[in-house]
Amino acid sequence: MSIASSTQLICFTVLSAVVAIGALGVVLLPNIVYSAFLLGGVFLSVAGLYLLLNASFVAAAQVLVYVGAVNVLILFAIMLVNKKEDLSAIPGLGLRRLLSGGVCAGLFALLLRVAFTTHWATPGPEPVGEEATLRIGEHLFSDYLLPFELASVLLLMAMIGAIVLARRDVLAADIATGEPADQGLIEKSRTPLLLEKTNA
Amino acid sequence: MVFANPAVVSAGLDLEASFTDLLQGLGLSPGAAHLLWLPLPMLLVLVAAVVGVLVNVWLERKISAAVQQRIGPEYAGALGILQPLADGLKLLFKEDIIPARADGLLFTLGPVLVLVPVILSWLVVPFGQNLLISNVGVGIFLWISLSSIQPIGLLMAGYASNNKYSLLGGLRAAAQSISYEIPLALAVLAVVMMSNSLSTVDIVNQQTGAGILSWNIWRQPVGFAIFWICALAECERLPFDLPEAEEELVAGYQTEYAGMKFALFYLGSYINLVLSALLVAVLYLGGWGFPLPVEWVVQLTGQPIDAPLVQVITATTGIVMTVLKAYLLVFFAILLRWTVPRVRIDQLLDLGWKFLLPIALVNLLVTAGLKLAFPAFFGG
Repeated sequence: MSIASSTQLICFTVLSAVVAIGALGVVLLPNIVYSAFLLGGVFLSVAGLYLLLNASFVAAAQVLVYVGAVNVLILFAIMLVNKKEDLSAIPGLGLRRLLSGGVCAGLFALLLRVAFTTHWATPGPEPVGEEATLRIGEHLFSDYLLPFELASVLLLMAMIGAIVLARRDVLAADIATGEPADQGLIEKSRTPLLLEKTNA
Repeated sequence: MVFANPAVVSAGLDLEASFTDLLQGLGLSPGAAHLLWLPLPMLLVLVAAVVGVLVNVWLERKISAAVQQRIGPEYAGALGILQPLADGLKLLFKEDIIPARADGLLFTLGPVLVLVPVILSWLVVPFGQNLLISNVGVGIFLWISLSSIQPIGLLMAGYASNNKYSLLGGLRAAAQSISYEIPLALAVLAVVMMSNSLSTVDIVNQQTGAGILSWNIWRQPVGFAIFWICALAECERLPFDLPEAEEELVAGYQTEYAGMKFALFYLGSYINLVLSALLVAVLYLGGWGFPLPVEWVVQLTGQPIDAPLVQVITATTGIVMTVLKAYLLVFFAILLRWTVPRVRIDQLLDLGWKFLLPIALVNLLVTAGLKLAFPAFFGG
């Protein structure tokens, strides 16, 4: 075995172990902050796996989007609402855990079966290496143009929705209740001071 | 040092080939020789980064002293040149404190996560045609994605300290980092569009030809300003050092740190400053290019361009030019730090989202239009 292939094997083993153990930690750890940080580790390891497959652009995009944006936003959300409160015990917790564990085990068995019965060694197209960036760009602007544009419209809708939810003060009336909204806290519905005057 | 571009006039100095040839002459297999070669450029760049930081700290102390009409450090070595070394040794010998109610594991991991991406980013900084660790195809994009890992380290440090100032500082640092990453990436994208490549070597090669006149700063003046402002914000330098604003947050996410862990933050911020200055030089100031076209100068001396002596001289000039440009920018950043006041957090976020982001988008659009209209000047 040459030095390059043994390095690749070691990297693959370590990265896969980190992905598997890290993902288990994300789900099983009681501390949500640890889960979020571990999720970042899992995303980074997946980027490492992409790198092993010679997909350096996808790896860099994975780090930028999932670690740099998604994971940071998750951490933000957790830290801004990090209230130390003890949740009340849910009745029948043992049974619930048993049931969800059973569902997960079934899914795992199904995936294992698929993994072992599929014939994986299908010849793919020639690896393009560093040309991959060009190839991705060509595809995005030719045969994948419609999904690409639809994704941007979806993102725009999500952004406008977030702005509407976050800045109700710019709207004249609340969408849900129809009451006039101002800079005050939206959840405390007050009677507007000038109500009689505007009605008259 | 690893990659030889066949499109260049000559292969140039190929240090890797001569080194592996030497080792193979001693009876080693090609694989083993390559393995022995691999750590050398990495170590060299690491040492260069750390020495760069020492120079930077000395400059910071001397220039700040000059700005405030003081003398600055002068007893440690001539002109106080050994002062940064003394500072580093002091931090090395200080007690390593982890606060009692802090989260020990995350507290230790935080500074590491801040430092490692910055050092990894040196992978793509070119000092010459073949003088970089790896000419990866994603080049400058690698730097952008690596620098997006940093906020996680900052949040981790802020959270693990179990201190309200630290947590607020960490949140502020992360918010600042994400808001300024977007205009930064858009400014880089305009340059990438002109050079048709993400590789830093190609970006510099696109700026050679007419010496100082072909540098990107003339074609991308707005992009240059946006990039420089965002780079300062990413490095948390004044006027954007909100995360460690003393009056409000003690020292932000660094409040509870001492000794070597604090030194990691300190090192990280200075390495990041040098790195940003180097990348400004690469993206906008012609990288290793001399203000006069090298081919023209070589022709004047009547030497062939692939003569060994000429190659050595051009490579040396390249390194000197890159470092010189970077340190001129560092000088400018230090001068800025000691002359301008700090902005408020709302002003900082407004500047990022409401001013720099639209300007960067318009800059990108105008660059695309100019590229279509004048392909000869803006990269066809």
